[in-house]
Amino acid sequence: MKNKYSVFSLIKNAMSQHENWQQAWGNPEPKKEYDAIIVGGGGHGLATAYYLAKKHNLKNIAVLEKGWIGGGNTGRNTTIIRSNYLWDASAGLYDHALKLWENLSQELNYNVMFSQRGVMNLAHNLQDVRDLKRRTHANRLNGIDAVWLNTEEVKKFCPIINTSPDIRYPVLGGTLQRRAGTARHDAVAWGYARGASEMGVDIIQNCEVKGIKRNGDRVEGLETTKGFIKTNKIGVVAAGHSSVIANMAGLKLPLESKPLQALVSEPVKPIIDTVVMSNAVHAYVSQSDKGELVIGAGTDSYVSYTQRGSHNIVEETLKAILELYPIFSRMKMLRQWGGIVDICPDASPIISKTNIKGLYFNCGWGTGGFKATPGSGDLFAHTIANDEPHKLNAAFNLNRFVSGDLVDEHGAAAVAH
Amino acid sequence: MFLINCPFCGERDQSEFSSGGEAHIVRPKQPTELSDDEWAEYLFMRKNIKGIQFERWNHVHGCRKWFNVVRDTSNDKILSVYKMGEKPPVNYK
Repeated sequence: MKNKYSVFSLIKNAMSQHENWQQAWGNPEPKKEYDAIIVGGGGHGLATAYYLAKKHNLKNIAVLEKGWIGGGNTGRNTTIIRSNYLWDASAGLYDHALKLWENLSQELNYNVMFSQRGVMNLAHNLQDVRDLKRRTHANRLNGIDAVWLNTEEVKKFCPIINTSPDIRYPVLGGTLQRRAGTARHDAVAWGYARGASEMGVDIIQNCEVKGIKRNGDRVEGLETTKGFIKTNKIGVVAAGHSSVIANMAGLKLPLESKPLQALVSEPVKPIIDTVVMSNAVHAYVSQSDKGELVIGAGTDSYVSYTQRGSHNIVEETLKAILELYPIFSRMKMLRQWGGIVDICPDASPIISKTNIKGLYFNCGWGTGGFKATPGSGDLFAHTIANDEPHKLNAAFNLNRFVSGDLVDEHGAAAVAH
Repeated sequence: MFLINCPFCGERDQSEFSSGGEAHIVRPKQPTELSDDEWAEYLFMRKNIKGIQFERWNHVHGCRKWFNVVRDTSNDKILSVYKMGEKPPVNYK
């Protein structure tokens, strides 16, 4: 049994200069065989393993990660959490996740620094106003908190926004979800890893999947850089590399992988105490607890796995930021990076069985997967354990691209993806 | 970010171009005959290759012409550019 984190354990360890903290998760060699293997040790994959062990009583589970846990998109996003999606299916999915976020630090005994500071989405033209008002009504019908703010209310809620009618992107109003906010992205991966490891899940880092062994229409195991591992249930949560893994099983997915960028500034005193998203211009701003501005940009328009992204994309985002927040004009940016996001044609995720028995995919989260981490893990674990989707992810099956029953959240999702 | 050698205008910055995605997806000859699976394959399923990919680009802020590119998506290196209707180079698989 691992030590429980508490104020007492903090004091006790302070006595020994914090040199005797127990390792938070194990570093095992892979066994010959597992009941289920999760491919991808990001937030979603670790959460899947955690809920498989916790709620579905599967103990012999491994998580395979080609690099280090949380080193992909989990550690590269802008940590925004919200559930103000237009369609019923998405509202159900993302609000399920938001409800799990609200209790996650207690659940994991790990401070994920979930902060419900509110997320505001700005409208810059009349069509934005109509779309965002419609979304506010749809949210409220689904029991999700959402309010429409006019220009003066936007200014009052976030005084540093330039609301002059003469700027290139005038603020005509915005929506606010007060339950939305941010969390510490690394802590989410680490908290789930610690929780899963405690229940006996093997977290195997630096282990890349090289092939999927099939026997007819069912899976038999995985070829990895650490040898062959037998299993009859494989859950793939590989984000930008989902198509690469699918290809190993002879599957094609409706995905395109593109670089999405973010950047942070030098740390400054508290200046923005909420999250402001300006979707039409791809400019997303919040402030981290260290004081850095965390800025999200848009995706590149072409398929690439280079994890960096183009300069012109950042330039467009910063142009919009400077127009909306003239106070930031002399801020220096410290770091810029990219992550590879897998985008579905309808901008909704896939949490689904496939036509190969024992092979499950959780992918297509595109530019907004972080917010769904706990819900995604919970529902994917349910799907793997029961070989059937939960009612909340039934709409997010792979077959919707054949049936035409898409969950089209392009634009509707409060973000122009 | 990279340069693309437009076959009509020469080498220009990538930001002048618009990506048209995977190339050589043939439009169905008999759309009315297609099954739902075949439609899904044509409309949505993509190879999304990490490595050498054949793709279409449009010089949208230039000559506005479409052409094909062979690019390695793992490092964004462009290996070949050829015009619409030309046969894809055979030395890349």
